[in-house]
Amino acid sequence: MAEFFHMGGYAFFVWSSYAAAFLVVAALVWQSVADYRRQVRLAEELEKAAGGRVRRPSRAESGEKP
Amino acid sequence: MADMNRISAAQRFHAYANPARFMALSARLLAPLWGLSLLVVGAGLWFALFDSPPDYQQGETVRIMYVHVPAAWLAMFGYSVMAVASAAGLVFRHPLSDLCAKSAAPIGAAFTFLALLTGSLWGKPMWGTWWEWDARMTSVLILFFLYLGYIALWATIEEPARAARAAAVLALVGAINIPIIRYSVVWWNTLHQPASVFRMDGPTIAPAMLLPLALMGIGLTLLFVALLLVRMRAEVMRRRVRNLRLAQAASAGEA
Amino acid sequence: MMRAFLALLARDLRLAVRLGGGGGMAVFFFLVVIALLPLGIGPDRELLARVAPGMLWVALLLAALLTLDRLFQADYEDGSLDLLSMGSLPLELVVVAKALGHWLTTGLPLVVVTPLLGVLLNLPGEAYAPLILAMLIGTPALSFLGAIGAALTVGVRRGGLLASLLVLPFYVPVLIFGTGAANAASGGFSGEAGQQSLILLAAVALSSLVLGPLGGAAALRANLR
Repeated sequence: MAEFFHMGGYAFFVWSSYAAAFLVVAALVWQSVADYRRQVRLAEELEKAAGGRVRRPSRAESGEKP
Repeated sequence: MADMNRISAAQRFHAYANPARFMALSARLLAPLWGLSLLVVGAGLWFALFDSPPDYQQGETVRIMYVHVPAAWLAMFGYSVMAVASAAGLVFRHPLSDLCAKSAAPIGAAFTFLALLTGSLWGKPMWGTWWEWDARMTSVLILFFLYLGYIALWATIEEPARAARAAAVLALVGAINIPIIRYSVVWWNTLHQPASVFRMDGPTIAPAMLLPLALMGIGLTLLFVALLLVRMRAEVMRRRVRNLRLAQAASAGEA
Repeated sequence: MMRAFLALLARDLRLAVRLGGGGGMAVFFFLVVIALLPLGIGPDRELLARVAPGMLWVALLLAALLTLDRLFQADYEDGSLDLLSMGSLPLELVVVAKALGHWLTTGLPLVVVTPLLGVLLNLPGEAYAPLILAMLIGTPALSFLGAIGAALTVGVRRGGLLASLLVLPFYVPVLIFGTGAANAASGGFSGEAGQQSLILLAAVALSSLVLGPLGGAAALRANLR
């Protein structure tokens, strides 16, 4: 097990590569999903404020789970 | 007042006739895409870290390649998506292609950054330096600059339709220029450096290494597509928010 | 059409001469950057001679970038760009006239003062001719590629800075082949490499003569509507 983490003496380079990849991808996923949710919330608020004058999005369109 | 409503309704129809279908389709596609990419990347990671031999020359650092090569592939793939979507946007004026190009840019830029970073982390133990001005790293660095310029242009021009067209022109000019830049960098590199650095493109890749590489490549590409869809959905909603705000401001102005 | 083209070019040149500023500023900037260089890396004459061609090119690139916002911004602000886009002259030719005017008032003066700055950097004697030749071939490419960046950012706040960022990657081949020509002459590489880089530079310049007007006009259309 220790040998596995040791990576033949290249532990720092190998593990920081994988850590960086994980961090970048995770940040990308998080930011994308968070931005999407924020826009959906904003749209809902604005539609509510506009009253019945604006067509509500269908369930499928906003992608919400019923 | 009635006139105002008719205009904004017409605008909404134009902007959302097709995006509505896109939203429905992508909502159904997303869950399987996330699941599949997670599964394939997970399998790829298993082989990359546990079930593949160290390279006889690079030792364990070859495992960096299982991240580095897919990242470099997605860096180029991302720009291709951007360029094709931009061309489609210019020709067909389809709002979704603009959104696709815009959404692809940050993902491509992130993977380009990752390719540079992991290349650097591989270069230190193998070449003895964090940064080598070799043709590949140099041209990937320039590709990164192209991405940043594209994102900056989108961020600077306020009106979406105008920003979309300007950014599309930039993406296409960049696509034409990339081969020229690439060639000039290779030429420059051969002029300045005896080819002494160890090259990655060995003639053979052992099948045991090809499997994790292929799995990671496919898995991360699926992830790219999933991210692209999410970001496009966010862009569609962002336009919707913008239109709602404009309509609100217009009716407030009338009152 | 030819007459309209020449009239536009003449107008730009007259404006540049009368208002001064632009081209002169670029030359001044070029001079100051080159003067700063020995202060930064030390007065070692041999070292300066070795980096001189590359440094002259880099400083020239920066000086040319500095004036890019002049290309369309003023015409955009006073509305004459709108008139031009509706006139008889195709927008592509408008961009050609603008880029040509930019080269005549900025690129050419920069090339003219280069020998003087070469002396300051102890540029080897045999490198002068190829360097100047390369700059004469390469600077039009800077103006024409720069026109795309300027057109993309027309009407944008702080557009000049953004235009520089957008355009710099496209300047890479010009820089590489341009310095290649001079470096070959001042030793290091064979004469053949110098000739080759001049030919490649000419190819890049010619392609930019096509790409610049097409891209620039497309960008203007995007921004003017």
